[in-house]
Amino acid sequence: MSILVNKDTRLIVQGLTGREGSFHASQMLDYGTNIVAGVTPGKGGQEHLGVPVFNTVREAKAATDANASIIYVPARFAGDAILEATEAGIELVVCITEGNPVLDMITVKAYVDQHPTRLIGPNCPGLISPGQAKVGIMPGNIHIPGPVGVVSRSGTLTYEAVFALSNKGIGQSTVVGIGGDPIIGTKFIDVLKLFQDDPDTEAIVMIGEIGGADEEMAAEFIKEYVTKPVVGFIAGQTAPPGKRMGHAGAIISGGKGTAAEKIKALEAAGVPVASHPEEIADLIAARL
Amino acid sequence: MKLHEYQAKRIFGDYGVPVPQGEVAATPEEARAIAERIGGPVVVKAQVLVGGRGKAGGVKLAKTPEEAEEKAREILGMDIKGLTVKKVLIDPAADIQDEIYLGMIIDRARQRVVMMASAEGGVEIEEVAATNPDAIKKVAVDPFLGMKGYQAIGMASALGLDKSQFRPFTKIATGLYNAFVASDAELAEINPLVVQGDGSLLAVDGKMVLDDNGLFRHPDLAAKRDLDEEDPYETKAREADLSYIKLDGEIGCMVNGAGLAMATMDIVKHFGGAPANFLDIGGGADAAKVATALEIILGDPNVKAVLVNIFGGITRCDEVAKGLLAAIEDVKPEVPFVIRLVGTNEEEGRALMAAANFPTARTLAEAAQMAVAAAKGEVK
Repeated sequence: MSILVNKDTRLIVQGLTGREGSFHASQMLDYGTNIVAGVTPGKGGQEHLGVPVFNTVREAKAATDANASIIYVPARFAGDAILEATEAGIELVVCITEGNPVLDMITVKAYVDQHPTRLIGPNCPGLISPGQAKVGIMPGNIHIPGPVGVVSRSGTLTYEAVFALSNKGIGQSTVVGIGGDPIIGTKFIDVLKLFQDDPDTEAIVMIGEIGGADEEMAAEFIKEYVTKPVVGFIAGQTAPPGKRMGHAGAIISGGKGTAAEKIKALEAAGVPVASHPEEIADLIAARL
Repeated sequence: MKLHEYQAKRIFGDYGVPVPQGEVAATPEEARAIAERIGGPVVVKAQVLVGGRGKAGGVKLAKTPEEAEEKAREILGMDIKGLTVKKVLIDPAADIQDEIYLGMIIDRARQRVVMMASAEGGVEIEEVAATNPDAIKKVAVDPFLGMKGYQAIGMASALGLDKSQFRPFTKIATGLYNAFVASDAELAEINPLVVQGDGSLLAVDGKMVLDDNGLFRHPDLAAKRDLDEEDPYETKAREADLSYIKLDGEIGCMVNGAGLAMATMDIVKHFGGAPANFLDIGGGADAAKVATALEIILGDPNVKAVLVNIFGGITRCDEVAKGLLAAIEDVKPEVPFVIRLVGTNEEEGRALMAAANFPTARTLAEAAQMAVAAAKGEVK
């Protein structure tokens, strides 16, 4: 009962031996994620956290038959790390790194699109199928298994929504953070489709924010294809125009990309929009 | 990061875009000397990082060097939308027959750099988009191929240019694209691209916004940042790798994560307060960073209460608590605090705050209501 990651996920950690990579890899191991290899150029042959380290993703995949990778390398190397994992034939690549130059991501995304790889992120918290696998940086303890799929452009705001759901005893099938950058590998529509097709997901939470028009496109998609109940939330109702609100992608430009427009589009598609994060759980509870 | 007009046009010029051969003056006397060197009529243009300079009286034509000096004296020191004019650009006046808009942008839906142009130049492109969207032509550029000749010619044709202008336009479009990519820009605009009486094309005004995430590759461009035009607290935040935007309310917000920071501002408003700022302390924030964040928030005299909302993922709650306590000891704030710590190492974090007698909240709604009450002076 999940999408994208589960008990069969065999994960590589790119940047395993770094500070963030180490911390989060040990948290993922504690959660029960099957980390089969780490990649740090120049540290091949070593072992870290009990996990074998390789110089390249290709070597790691050949030795371990990994099918997913998570990236914790600094922004100036992150684009390269995504390309490397894509070229090595990794099915699912999750890039946590924030601060990536947008032109790098345009090239990287164009390359990924020519391969069977699915990219999640960058600038995202990763994804988790509670009780099965955590491929990300979210606090695992707030999640419980259950029927609600969550998709979000944010990190901590997603934890907030999950925390509220779990406090009501409502579990999650999979929680996917798609990232806050203007150019991302997987968009709302892609994840909504996966949740719609997942027999164990019964309802969907979609958390958007100001900037771009992906929420409006998702609203159109929901109207046409999604039969499961969807509850929305949009952050940034008090955000001033023309200012970048932390996320590279969160900016109202030329009067476009406002929270009001997105809320209107979702409501027109029959999606109730919560007025604050904790209300998301109330709206979901009423629809299960 | 925004560049000044003269900086943007110099970069465009380096990539083969024809630009007026003007110079920058900081005094009326310099303006006169430049006008003398140029000979003939000049335009005196305020160099400030806001739009609408013309409407504000910051762009003036001068027929003689004396007049250039006089206009420069009027414009220098002028206040345009809160920014003081410290430099003027003296450009030779163009022979304007027609005005075109040409820009390169990041198109999020197409996930490409898109060349955008309109025969209705000289006005803001957002205005054209609102009133006559069909007048805007767009061409997406393949990142592996770059701007190709046929794309530029297609655009020139769509704009209704004369066939003698196809080649010069192609050179300009290609140059602008190359300047955009080489500088890690997120916006590069020529508005207007002027068609002169003799049919030649000239980039009379230029605008460039650089991708802050790409600046590590361009120390030369990063050095062009005009600190005079940035809020000093926003400068301090940027240097500490914090995301801060000042707002008008009375509740200071310190949050980890951009989405949650926005949602925290929204919920403060929902419960009848007004946020004083957006502040994302980011992932992996350590004690020193939290202390800097606190100093920035408390630097705003409007702040009557501070709401700290930390949901620990990449940031550990105990690190935030240590940072907060260190900063509070340092800054000795007089306003009340409401603190919410949830997530990774939350118990350790809350225990640290409780030991120091700070009120902690568990839900966001509870925290927001406590902060709103605290800002109103109602004891909680």
